[in-house]
Amino acid sequence: MRPRRLVRYAKRVVLYLVALAFTAFAVFPFYWMLLTAFKANRDLYVGGTVLTHVPWIFNAPPTLEHIELLFRQTLYLTWVRNTIWIGLVVVAITLVLAVPAGYALARLTGRWGERLGIGVFLTYLVPPTLLFLPFSRMIAWLGLQNSQWALVLVYPTFTVPFCTWLMMGFFRSIPRDIEEQAMIDGYSRFTVIRKVVLPLGISGVLTATIFAFTLVLQDFVYALTFISAVPRMTVSLGVPVALVRGDVFYWGSLMAACLITSIPIAVVYNLFIDRFIQGLTAGAVKG
Amino acid sequence: MRPRWRAHPVLCLRAERVSAMETGFVEIRNLHKHFGEVRAVDGVDLSIKEGELLVLLGPSGCGKTTLMRMIAGLEVPTAGQILIGGEEVDEDVPPRARGVAMVFQSYALYPHKTAYDNIAFPLQAAGMAPAAIRGRVQGAAKRFSIGHLLGRRPRQLSGGERQRVALSRAVVRDPKVFLFDEPLSNLDAQLRAIARYELKELQRELGTTTVYVTHDQVEAMGLGDRIAVMNQGKVRQVGTPQHVYDHPADTFVATFLGSPPMNLLEQDAHTILGFRPESFVPRQDIPAGTDAAVFQFKVRQVEYLGADRLIYGAVDTPHRAGQTVIADLPVTITTPVAEGRAYEFAVPRRALRHFDAATGLARDRGAA
Repeated sequence: MRPRRLVRYAKRVVLYLVALAFTAFAVFPFYWMLLTAFKANRDLYVGGTVLTHVPWIFNAPPTLEHIELLFRQTLYLTWVRNTIWIGLVVVAITLVLAVPAGYALARLTGRWGERLGIGVFLTYLVPPTLLFLPFSRMIAWLGLQNSQWALVLVYPTFTVPFCTWLMMGFFRSIPRDIEEQAMIDGYSRFTVIRKVVLPLGISGVLTATIFAFTLVLQDFVYALTFISAVPRMTVSLGVPVALVRGDVFYWGSLMAACLITSIPIAVVYNLFIDRFIQGLTAGAVKG
Repeated sequence: MRPRWRAHPVLCLRAERVSAMETGFVEIRNLHKHFGEVRAVDGVDLSIKEGELLVLLGPSGCGKTTLMRMIAGLEVPTAGQILIGGEEVDEDVPPRARGVAMVFQSYALYPHKTAYDNIAFPLQAAGMAPAAIRGRVQGAAKRFSIGHLLGRRPRQLSGGERQRVALSRAVVRDPKVFLFDEPLSNLDAQLRAIARYELKELQRELGTTTVYVTHDQVEAMGLGDRIAVMNQGKVRQVGTPQHVYDHPADTFVATFLGSPPMNLLEQDAHTILGFRPESFVPRQDIPAGTDAAVFQFKVRQVEYLGADRLIYGAVDTPHRAGQTVIADLPVTITTPVAEGRAYEFAVPRRALRHFDAATGLARDRGAA
């Protein structure tokens, strides 16, 4: 009795230690951003030779000067606005294409569905660092250089395959029985999709929305390729362009920009996704 | 269908009328469903009478569920015809237009809807007024005593409660045909017996034509007005439970029905002899003067099951020695039987069945 209890206790401890390690790993970048964003320059730029200096705490009182620089002397808010509208348009395009495509691949095409699904996903794996070359030719041909519409056009090339794949998985997890039941209960397939499949797949749609938006937020290569006017830039391009001047890095402001941009995303991921993914379908089938 | 009547000059006219009336409410004609090389349903003819409960019984993979799904319109037949209420339902008639209600093995409740909305869903499809829907749903819920559960979602319900919600949803819109796909198999054994009883009572009360798929012979025997035994995509036999049990059309049906199954003995090169374990009793327990076949039964093992004894052993025929046979003695037969000894056991001749050794088909068919 005793040793078994001890083993269980030890297992608990190990489990929590591992969880703690991962948490620290995940939280550390945020902590570093926070620290750097509010550190005075004299606290920030201390040579490694000063052994008494502890880098991961405030040695001097925190300051708002980096935040002020970010908001007063750069177009940060404009870039945020650009990112949001481009992101929303891309999300809309993505959902319109990926939700029906995911459903079709999950349900209608049988054996070919799988192969097509894999094919779709493979296109996602081709990196932007290769694709930007042909894309820049096409964008030039369309006359969209230095236009945000270039991004609206290009971003779906990776959000759509990714989200199609994602939606396919979500739709597969909805038992076929339930759809068939609805068709017997008097509905056409389209109505079944509207009244049964989408409500059950809503967690998938939300996940796809968030992922598509995040992918847009992350992109650097395409934005760099197609946008040269500073007021038209997105956050991920504007911030490094404005805050890395030659070999001068405005670390405090850079970190402040990163922190402000990533916090909403992190919150959404942690709160919403969890809640939506939890078994909406649980209890539908069997006990 | 009725050659004897047809041959009769006076009854001829009447025979026409009767046969028209007796055309099934659900007619299945030479139905095929092939998945590539696999013939899931391989030429099924079946006539399901109005108001009857027909059980499709067979081992898993025998095509019974595929057959039911074709009736529902969820699968398109490779060939053949289905008629419901005299009207052909082909692939242009989608499931929603067939007037069938189905209860899936999984119950297929809508997880995002409350029990009330689950039951109301088919009525909403029919465009019924909300007030009328309310009355119907509450009526159905009352019938299955789930009135107090209507606000809950499926995941908050027990297995038995889910099953009742699924049944309510099937009943609520007065379908032409009920299709049940093993609706009891997810219930535990105790609940299942009650649910079976209730289901049969319900079907009798509503008088709705019902097709019931199961692999459980006890369920089939207990529920079915008639049983269609299927194997490898074909219907082997259709008949009342008693007829199918007493006069199996072939050796498959003989061994699929009954627990333990019918004993089969190779009598000679052409004939297989069949008899039920409960017909195989010590010779002295057969009333004197009964015409019976007698065997020397070498007993290997005896199982006491409370209500009866199962006796495993072997008999010899001139054709082959040591053929395994099981006897099922009810508790009323008290003749002592010991392991390792041989006894004279006998089968009344009227309980003997003869099958063709090559085809497995019964020789003495008929006697309906």
